[in-house]
Amino acid sequence: MGREEFLFLLAGLKWTVALSVVAFICGSVAGLMVALARTSGIFIVERLTAGYIAVFQGTPLLMQLFVVYYGLALIGIQMDAWAAVSVGLTLHASAFLGEIWRGSIEAVPRGQTEAAKALSLGYVSRMKDVVLPQAIRISLPATIGFLVQLIKGTSLASIVGFTELTRAGNIISNQIFQPLTVFGVVGALYFLMCCPLTIYGAHLERKFLTASR
Amino acid sequence: MNQTINSATTTEPMISLSGVEKWYGAFKALDNINMSVAKGEKIVLCGPSGSGKSTLIRCINHLEAYQKGDIHVGGIMLGHGSKTIDAVRREVGMVFQQFNLFPHLTVLQNCMLAPMRSLGLDKAQAEDRARTLLERVKISEQAEKYPAQLSGGQQQRVAIARALCMRPKAMLFDEPTSALDPEMVKEVLDTMIALAEEGMTMICVTHEMGFARQVADRVIFMASGAIVEEAPPAEFFSNPKHERTRKFLGEILGRH
Repeated sequence: MGREEFLFLLAGLKWTVALSVVAFICGSVAGLMVALARTSGIFIVERLTAGYIAVFQGTPLLMQLFVVYYGLALIGIQMDAWAAVSVGLTLHASAFLGEIWRGSIEAVPRGQTEAAKALSLGYVSRMKDVVLPQAIRISLPATIGFLVQLIKGTSLASIVGFTELTRAGNIISNQIFQPLTVFGVVGALYFLMCCPLTIYGAHLERKFLTASR
Repeated sequence: MNQTINSATTTEPMISLSGVEKWYGAFKALDNINMSVAKGEKIVLCGPSGSGKSTLIRCINHLEAYQKGDIHVGGIMLGHGSKTIDAVRREVGMVFQQFNLFPHLTVLQNCMLAPMRSLGLDKAQAEDRARTLLERVKISEQAEKYPAQLSGGQQQRVAIARALCMRPKAMLFDEPTSALDPEMVKEVLDTMIALAEEGMTMICVTHEMGFARQVADRVIFMASGAIVEEAPPAEFFSNPKHERTRKFLGEILGRH
């Protein structure tokens, strides 16, 4: 495998990173909404978001990407592959992060909310200043774990024809007939993205633990 | 509604409940509660567990919803809308059995949060107020620490200071010493006694009968969600009228 081929893989890597970042950021914003809706105490809102979460947790990510890419095109919404997989991964991430964060919000002791209420803090301050900072700490291992899953999940975008790292590897492999080398390198590149994240997650967890002690 | 006019009339009680009833499903947790607390008055609420005393004081700042009756605090009628609830919560401080300090904030930040967020104080004002009150509960040297670095007694004193930072007109104490190791009970009670001596209106749910004797203007005994008996402490302890009160006092004083 020459320099040319490696640079092509790096170009694919760039799109994998871009896709992961977009899905994580948009998914986080939407996921926070999902988590807040899921804990809102308003029955109908809670049921609706529970259904939303169930749909995305109960179907394969690949199906979700197919539906967004091919399904929406059928009803007249045309998107290029990049936009379609971004939307698909964002929806997927919002459901999973929403559920992770719902659990974390509920894991914050009730007394915290009660103390905040007794101090006449409104909903926004109660969440922003009291509940969410504690919920984030609780959720950190699961959130980082999901982010790693999400990065690896972007490889499914290759199936709808989006040239990210996995598809770039496929293309090169078909050109130079060295699948072991090429996919070895592709695997190493994924590992280089994911492993530091896992380590960083463990580091943050330790940091928060000592800070709250 | 007309808060300024009402609070100017001094004859009006600081806290009053009339005909308050609360159910958990079919279970009646509070049964026709009528009580009135004058400005500066100290009330000790006692009774067996499950008698509704915690539920009662949690209704006063609407941590618990109630189905019937009226509650007035500092001239404000506590409705079920968030506006009057917030107004009442600004006037009434609460101290919990489990302290409920915010573990991710320092002692100082715990005390500064609510004055900044709900009274609109700026950072310097809030810090100034927080340090003054931490001084008052004799814990100012711990201001930069996190709650988990303090003992239970210290945490509860911080919780008292945090509530006082809102400059409340009245304070509610929900079994403030029940979660404490015995050697730490005194420091918290001393803080509460000092607060009482400064003229704070207080309602305390507690089993500390020594505190009741020393501080309370009235002791109210509850059983099965209803007020059974109320009397000044001297009378309450020496001459309880009801059988249930006698039984309760026998149990609780026999333990000590």
